[in-house]
Amino acid sequence: MKLDSKIPSGPIQDKWSNHKFSSKLVNPANKRKYNVIVVGSGLAGGAAAATLGELGYNVRCFCYQDSPRRAHSIAAQGGINAAKNYQNDGDSVYRLFYDTVKGGDFRAREANVHRLAEVSNSIIDQCVAQGVPFAREYGGTLDNRSFGGAQVSRTFYARGQTGQQLLLGAYSALSRQIATGQVKMYNRHEMLDVVVEDGRAVGITTRNMVTGDVESWAADAVLLATGGYSNVYFLSTNAAGCNVTAAYRAYKKGAGFANPCYTQIHPTCIPVHGDQQSKLTLMSESLRNDGRVWVPKKAEDVGKDPNSIPEEDRDYYLERKYPSFGNLAPRDISSRSAKEACDDGRGVGPKVGDQRNGVYLDFRDSINRLGKDKIAERYGNLFDMYERITAENAYERPMRIFPALHYTMGGLWVDYNLQTTIPGLFALGECNFSDHGGNRLGASALMQGLADGYFVIPYTLGNYLGNIPVGEAGKHNPDSPAFRASKEMVKAHNDRLLHIKGKRTARSFHKELGHIMWEYAGMARNAAGLQKAIGMISQLRAEFWSDVFVPGSEAELNNELERAARVADFLEFGELLCRDALDRDESCGGHFREEHQTADGEAVRDDENFCNVSVWEHKGDKEAPVKHIEPLEFDNVKLTVRSYK
Amino acid sequence: MNLKLKVWRQPSQEAAGKFEIYDIESVSEDSSFLEMLDILNERLLEKGEGPVHFDHDCREGICGMCSLTIDGIPHGPERATTACQLHMRHFKDGDTITIEPWRAKPFPVVKDLVVDRTAFERIIQSGGYVSVNTGAAPDGNAIPIPKKDADFAMDAAACIGCGACVAACPNASAMLFTSAKASQLNTLPQGRPEKDRRTLAMVSTMDAEGFGNCTNYGECEAVCPKEIKLDMIAKLNRDFAVASVKNLFGKAG
Repeated sequence: MKLDSKIPSGPIQDKWSNHKFSSKLVNPANKRKYNVIVVGSGLAGGAAAATLGELGYNVRCFCYQDSPRRAHSIAAQGGINAAKNYQNDGDSVYRLFYDTVKGGDFRAREANVHRLAEVSNSIIDQCVAQGVPFAREYGGTLDNRSFGGAQVSRTFYARGQTGQQLLLGAYSALSRQIATGQVKMYNRHEMLDVVVEDGRAVGITTRNMVTGDVESWAADAVLLATGGYSNVYFLSTNAAGCNVTAAYRAYKKGAGFANPCYTQIHPTCIPVHGDQQSKLTLMSESLRNDGRVWVPKKAEDVGKDPNSIPEEDRDYYLERKYPSFGNLAPRDISSRSAKEACDDGRGVGPKVGDQRNGVYLDFRDSINRLGKDKIAERYGNLFDMYERITAENAYERPMRIFPALHYTMGGLWVDYNLQTTIPGLFALGECNFSDHGGNRLGASALMQGLADGYFVIPYTLGNYLGNIPVGEAGKHNPDSPAFRASKEMVKAHNDRLLHIKGKRTARSFHKELGHIMWEYAGMARNAAGLQKAIGMISQLRAEFWSDVFVPGSEAELNNELERAARVADFLEFGELLCRDALDRDESCGGHFREEHQTADGEAVRDDENFCNVSVWEHKGDKEAPVKHIEPLEFDNVKLTVRSYK
Repeated sequence: MNLKLKVWRQPSQEAAGKFEIYDIESVSEDSSFLEMLDILNERLLEKGEGPVHFDHDCREGICGMCSLTIDGIPHGPERATTACQLHMRHFKDGDTITIEPWRAKPFPVVKDLVVDRTAFERIIQSGGYVSVNTGAAPDGNAIPIPKKDADFAMDAAACIGCGACVAACPNASAMLFTSAKASQLNTLPQGRPEKDRRTLAMVSTMDAEGFGNCTNYGECEAVCPKEIKLDMIAKLNRDFAVASVKNLFGKAG
């Protein structure tokens, strides 16, 4: 496996412009001769499919839900960053670039991040033009709020439903292309393999989830926009259907997987209530603009009514430890601080297991300062959601929150063109690794998904397709041996799952895997624990393949078959994640190794040995994966200890 | 808590369906309704039986995938709440709960509680967009939008496309869904150039898909998990009247 990041030369400000100019173009009349497959219909996939359709390519777009509008991007609440500097508070493209590189704990690729910051402003313009109802001031201009890891207000929002509104914008553009026939949409189709012929990605194999038909589709390029892998932890804020299958099967076909151990734990989620729970719910980070995080100073106060605990007995620990960022400290730091407080016996809320895992997020002071109406206007829907889930009123009693798995920075390795190590296979949005390093800042996921889909891939894909002679475009044959082999492999895999006829459900294996992952590869990790986890996962996987029960048949809507196939991939991928976490013998961003911390518990990076990207190559089911390295160079942002004090 | 569930089972679109009765024990009142169904399915699987199929995804009330009629009410008894956000504490120990799919002709049952809502897709495809290609946008602040218009557009845009409005309507009308998308775009300056075209196209697609007429029952508003108001329908009716008259004189935009 050769890693060539293809970072353009020249000063950072000029790289993207130069690259666009030097990229090949496909002439408008020839674009319709090229077929492109997009897997996933969230912000990255939906935006890409719509934009490529507008440009005139023949696009096929696939999603597992019953409509492209349901992709999990829809659940993002807080907002989207852009360097507009509408607030006149010192923002710029360079500052957004700088904040993102620093926020990522110096483990992202500078050139990609700068490009992201550059196109951020166009995203806002595009969304406004589509009719996205962003929040506005009385004067009619766009409103902003601030988010963690930044000292400027650069976040655009649509109440607490920004992801929904941006996705519906992309969905409307996609729907327009579907109506013209330029994009063909395949709902309730799950991608189960990438077809590779002569070293290039030339199509995919899918299962129609309603009829069970296994089909192959040929194309000149395949784009994966299939999201992240937080559900390897079973409990996460991801939708129930989110899975690693598409990315993982691409990995098994030769795509390098980068930094799987970079996972983000979001500090403000509703705590776990018990063992019947199926998912965790996030409370937007924007709440930290007006809420103050605290736990009781004394362990004996944890069971008391929080309103009865006087000011002097409260520990506003983020304000105490990080005075300049306070409650807006970045996600990884806020999450670990919450865990520390709970491990210290000062957590609040009901005991689950033997510990109270919760901290208060208190709006009392903001309500006194701004009035209840103002708080309701800003966060009303979040307070309502909190009450529905917990039956508690957060206007009168502080919210209880606790960190939960939320986002994954790792993903398929891509070069500057978003191309994986398989030529013709591209990865966009959360499913690639490129922009967030070891930790993603709030309101940057929506920015990256839309940047990749609207403004990056239309150029870089053109460059790839421009190198395929027009006479060869659209010529891949879905009946060729590579396609037939792919279909047979998918059918055999499903058949195997259906015929084990064991005693345990796929969900029970998933849950057990989740416990292992959270315990040993969660907020804090160490070598002994990770080694133990690798052994446990391999054992669990063996048990799965001898004892899982999948009812029904292939040729019908069969939720359990879908689930079992996804869990089977999680059971392999979980091990890869642990291997990467074990190998990365430093702490950085969301990856906190207990062996590497300062006396007061801050992460210690090892730039000497780990200022790089770890890229894993699959070597077969019986062999250990092999690690490759992409060194990271920081020419613009100086490597420093990340401090938010 | 212990419950008796009366669940609609239907193996496929063509097959006949019927209710099955299941007893389910020790459900936590902090569980969500879908978590309760997860537990039911785990127990069915442990007995070697096929699980109840139902659509779901985000489980936080925003994707619009869940679609259960609970005791005769789409999304169940709680106001402004999707089935996935409905918690078992709203039921009593010993209750019998009836669970059905959306019942509406344009939404055929796929299996058990899963229905096909692609008719909604076609309504959006006929005009639920602003025709602007990527890259063709002016600066986001180039056109000021009065806050009240932006807020109204957001109220309309909150629709999650779940289809509860159709399931609740005795006529299986899709007016609340269609009017929400049309009103969002028709209100904003960006959507005005295509306002007449959009309105006429979306209404005619809605009719062609077999959704019934709106006769002001108001059931849609009552069950809407996002509290979309009947005002949207009133606005669509106005926009439709204006567009129809303009169309008569060949002047629709």
